[in-house]
Amino acid sequence: MHPKTRERLVLTVVGWLAAGLIFFPIFWMILTSFKTEVEAVATPPQLFFTPTLENYITVRERADYVHFAINSIVISVGATLLATLIAVPAAYAMAFFPGKRTKDLLLWMLSTKMMPAVGVLIPIYLLFRDTGAIDTRWGLIVVYTLMNLPIVVWMLYTFFKEVPKDILEAGRMDGAKPKQEVWMLLLPLSLPGIASTALLSIILCWNEAFWSLNLTTSEAAPLTTFIASFSAPEGLFWAKLSAASTIAIAPILVFGWMSQRQLVRGLTFGAVK
Amino acid sequence: MQTGKVALLFSVSWIAGTGLAFAQGQTLTIATVNNADMIIMQRLSPKWEQATGNKLNWVVLEENVLRQRATTDIATKGGQFDIITIGSYEAPIWGKQNWLVTLDDLGADYDYADIIPSVKNGLSFNGKLYAVPFYAESSFTFYRKDLFDQAGIKMPDKPTYDQIAEYAAKLTDKSKEQYGFCQRGKPGWGENMAFIGPMVNAFGGRWFNEKWEPQLTTEPWKNAVNYYVKNMKDYGPPGATANGHNENRALFATGHCAMWVDATSAAGYIYNPKESQVADKTAFTAAPMQVTSNGSGWFWAWSLGIPASSKKTDAAKSFVKWATSKEYITLVGSEAGWVAAPPGTRKSTYDNPEYQKAAPFAKVVYDSIVNADLTKPTKDPVPYIGIQYVAIPEFQGIGTAVGQQIAAALAGQSTVEQALETAQRSTERTMKQAGYPK
Repeated sequence: MHPKTRERLVLTVVGWLAAGLIFFPIFWMILTSFKTEVEAVATPPQLFFTPTLENYITVRERADYVHFAINSIVISVGATLLATLIAVPAAYAMAFFPGKRTKDLLLWMLSTKMMPAVGVLIPIYLLFRDTGAIDTRWGLIVVYTLMNLPIVVWMLYTFFKEVPKDILEAGRMDGAKPKQEVWMLLLPLSLPGIASTALLSIILCWNEAFWSLNLTTSEAAPLTTFIASFSAPEGLFWAKLSAASTIAIAPILVFGWMSQRQLVRGLTFGAVK
Repeated sequence: MQTGKVALLFSVSWIAGTGLAFAQGQTLTIATVNNADMIIMQRLSPKWEQATGNKLNWVVLEENVLRQRATTDIATKGGQFDIITIGSYEAPIWGKQNWLVTLDDLGADYDYADIIPSVKNGLSFNGKLYAVPFYAESSFTFYRKDLFDQAGIKMPDKPTYDQIAEYAAKLTDKSKEQYGFCQRGKPGWGENMAFIGPMVNAFGGRWFNEKWEPQLTTEPWKNAVNYYVKNMKDYGPPGATANGHNENRALFATGHCAMWVDATSAAGYIYNPKESQVADKTAFTAAPMQVTSNGSGWFWAWSLGIPASSKKTDAAKSFVKWATSKEYITLVGSEAGWVAAPPGTRKSTYDNPEYQKAAPFAKVVYDSIVNADLTKPTKDPVPYIGIQYVAIPEFQGIGTAVGQQIAAALAGQSTVEQALETAQRSTERTMKQAGYPK
């Protein structure tokens, strides 16, 4: 075998192995969702069994999936739009008009992500209580926006840095105002980067469980609380939990799959000059 | 029209009780745990909604998440919940903090005298009832009658831990994956410590002496934990430190265990042939004792409480009264089968011939709950109430830390003596920081 072909073969196998390893828990979850509760905990684990839809029926009976799913969509998209709206001008200023302290500022922003969320639970809960934000979609949108803002600013900053300054300068020479500069030049040029940032932000919001469990009860509860309601300390629950998890991740999985081209383009944006 | 109104008023007053006046058309938020009894309550609750015109919003959470969520809301007076499901551990602690509404005024027709006294005591503080019991459990010994018969052993009504070890040795056959001693090993105050706590009580130990000094390095603790580690290693299933209630339940139900000491509430499941392969081979006896029977079986009651921050206390009282009444238990019996009736709360349930017929384990369960005296949990006097827990806010942390040390000893990472020394030091530190003795 030609050494190049062999190398390619090895890389392909490694690629498939890595993909299989990452996908295996999801595959197992989907498989478990079609088992009975007794089969779900059987040792040794069963790969072949008679599938049942019983868990999906129970999950549908016990909770209003659509209500939770709509909340998840509204909150994730809302928080992402708001975060992008704030982050674009911030990243623009930092990328093209850096000051002496811009780097420090960026690092400081990121450092807020280093604190465990539970450390600020009580202050945030009190703020939410006093502003009537507990169990509201807008309350969660605000929290998620603040939670993801450092990452969104960082990513956009990195993408904006890849855009040649000269293009913006040329625009300025032609009389473009900063707003036009951002809107008509910067955004179209870095669209793949913005899209992948937004995608990442939506995924992070979709999967966030700490704040959604603590700041919502029923009205604004997203899918993470829907999943949590099927976990139990007593009794068998794995099959039902797997069914709930499968339908909870299905929308984001499909969404991610549909936009993977955009995501890959964004993540490799500016990698080769 | 007039007749309709009268009928509605009649049904409302039956459900709400004569002592309670409440507004109709309110929406109550109820936080609860995800277990079979609570799911039945959720399914039957439209009957209460129809009769009263109120509506319920359900928030179902895993036990530990619920505890954190409810504590945050109640401590900050968030007012998000009108009814919460709490255990017998929280009821007196939260009652003391004035976080809960007292529930002594649900009316004469509620029949307080019918509630099993040990259950009522467990949910009271200073003589005031802070939560009403939905279902209660103790612990007892599940054993495989067929294996005992084959080995020619007769299980006594009140076995000792020495006898349990003797039987476990005879009934363990690792080549057949059959284990004599399946107990909880997963660390946590509500996991391995729920089993070890009552076992230490039975060996004559206690968590604290009258001066609130931790007693974890005393002889009874050493004897009990050495017994536990030795028998778990010799006659327990492999990887026992990962086994909690659910894992042991699955092991027992699939025929891998000869004996299992755990919650009486699991009996209905083990007796259900749809979920258990040993439904017709299982028998029950009291939780093992050793030098004393005080506190040898644990006590837990899932109960409904009303946060003081709720603005809809009258409607909430109407619901908790309905869900914990004799009428509700009868309703479950007729709609979901008597074996599913919430156990352990009312004497009338155990007097009911239909329940006795459907639940052959009823008498052993009743005796275990009646004998589980939270106010006298140990051989020697103690300053606390609680059998498998100590009803102080610090216990969750202490119990889990000690549970981790014992799990480490079980996994062979330390000796029992080292584990107990470390546990003693960390408990002393926590108690000192909390300002004990108070």
